[in-house]
Amino acid sequence: MKSFKRLALLFALMLVVGVLAACGGSSDEEDTGSEDEGTEEEGASGEIVVGGSSAMQPLVAAAAETFMEENPDAQIDVQGGGSGTGLSEVAAGNFDIGNADYFAESKEDIDAEELVDHKVAVVGMTAAAHPEVGVEDLSMEDLKAIFMGEITNWSEVGGADQEITLVNRPDGSGTRATFNEFALDGETPAEGITEDSSNRVQQIINETPGAVGYLSFAYFEGNDDTIPLGIDGVEPTSENVETGEFPVWAYQHSYTNGEPEGLTKEFLDYMMSDEVQSSIVPDQGYIASTNMEVERDAEGNESEVE
Amino acid sequence: MANAQKSETNNHRLLKSNNSSSKKNEGRGKFLVFTSAVIVIIATIAITVFLGYKGIRTFFVYDVSLWNFLTTTGWDGTENSGAFAFIFGSFAVTFLAALFAAPLGIGSAIFMTEIAKKWGQKFLQPVIEILVGIPSVVYGLIGVTVIVPLIRNHVGGLGFSLLAGMIVVGVMILPTITSISADAIKAIPSDIKDASYGLGATRWQTIYKVIIPAALPSLMTAIVLGMARAFGEALAVQMVIGNVKGLPESLLDSAATLTSIITLDMPHTTYGSVHNSLLWSLGLILLIMSYVFIIIIRFVSSRRKI
Repeated sequence: MKSFKRLALLFALMLVVGVLAACGGSSDEEDTGSEDEGTEEEGASGEIVVGGSSAMQPLVAAAAETFMEENPDAQIDVQGGGSGTGLSEVAAGNFDIGNADYFAESKEDIDAEELVDHKVAVVGMTAAAHPEVGVEDLSMEDLKAIFMGEITNWSEVGGADQEITLVNRPDGSGTRATFNEFALDGETPAEGITEDSSNRVQQIINETPGAVGYLSFAYFEGNDDTIPLGIDGVEPTSENVETGEFPVWAYQHSYTNGEPEGLTKEFLDYMMSDEVQSSIVPDQGYIASTNMEVERDAEGNESEVE
Repeated sequence: MANAQKSETNNHRLLKSNNSSSKKNEGRGKFLVFTSAVIVIIATIAITVFLGYKGIRTFFVYDVSLWNFLTTTGWDGTENSGAFAFIFGSFAVTFLAALFAAPLGIGSAIFMTEIAKKWGQKFLQPVIEILVGIPSVVYGLIGVTVIVPLIRNHVGGLGFSLLAGMIVVGVMILPTITSISADAIKAIPSDIKDASYGLGATRWQTIYKVIIPAALPSLMTAIVLGMARAFGEALAVQMVIGNVKGLPESLLDSAATLTSIITLDMPHTTYGSVHNSLLWSLGLILLIMSYVFIIIIRFVSSRRKI
């Protein structure tokens, strides 16, 4: 009888704790929203949630870490989740900053008017091939033909006699969208193996003879797992992206719902500061947006920076 | 409180004194158990309703034709997307895995319960229990690092294939099938076996003509439960199957399943978009299929004779 009573008590306790935790969770979220506004004057304290693009996560996490070291009262929670999640959550007010690899305008279901774009970095991307394909540069036409499935053997473009295997990212991935638009002239690549992260793409290209996919520049640094392919004789380097000679690049966007305030604003200012742009950004394999000599709008039109 | 109760029991007759408190306990116990049951039922209904609502939106809000969705291939995250390749992929992996795991599972169950009772229960049972406890991501990792290269080097193709998916999922559902089968065989009354031996049947004749037919409904339940697990498996399958969005033409071709597409695409979609809705519809198909599996299990077990 006694043991049953204890059991009952335990159950009851568990229920109560569960309910409390559930309530606590939701009220927490509401709190963070109001806190930000209140901390405007005190400066770098409070708590914000940043999330979205997994490609941007290492950069933002590294910046958040140094920012929190300098401002011990500030708490910046950096989450992944994907660009789509980032845009949806910032539009819904759950994230203070939503990161995305692409312009919010490119998603019909996001009210881009309400979101304010902060281009915190630029990322260059190129085709990544297995080290033994025997090709280091492709014309844009050949590249397109390869990804459209029209060329199926590396020997057709002067490489080894090896069948070509395509490695894609999922529909909606920022890397895929950028590569399709600027390397393939907006064409959709043929079906191939699809992997959900650039790390897996890199691994599979490395392990599969004749494989080709696309990766951002950071993945080529310090390893020979995959080789970056030049396009039309232009080497895929940060310098060539900055001058606008290499066409395949994208902004890394940090979106806020309305003009940023309080800690959100301070953190974004910090992201754009020289301290981050000239050290953390290149260290993480990105290109400082302040170094860009060309710029692009949401429609993909390119122009010189004045 | 406890002391008071004790002295009370000492002074009065046991039954009489305990009567009121035991009645109270009965009530409390009933309430607790009843609440648990209600919560579980509500959760199930809530999930079904939510998934139904989200999944059906595709066909009512975005006017996607249900027939096209279920019967065509070609997936690009727009209204014209067809999911047939994934439905086919899920079923292919499920049936192939069952084909591979069912004979092995039932065989080892018979070995464990009929042939080497002591040895089997001492060693085989713990081994199978360990197999149940291994997380699916570990199966996926082993699949990617061992099975995929093995297939690529010794059988052909890319390695990322239906065959790899079938082996990985087959091994995953093996313990489910084995342990349920073993329980089913153990539950057969020994009278039947003794009668068979008494008639002069050999051990193999007894297994083949008596035990398997007697346990058949339960063995079928074991296989269907295994298949249900295979159908819902996402992570391990996604890692080895290649996620190609077309129909596979052979066992060595890459394919995709309902679950692998959901996990691949979901992070890149914005809430409420067509693409997002399409993925919810895939989730609804998974839910409907799990209901179908349950119905099959109910039907099969109702035919149990012993």
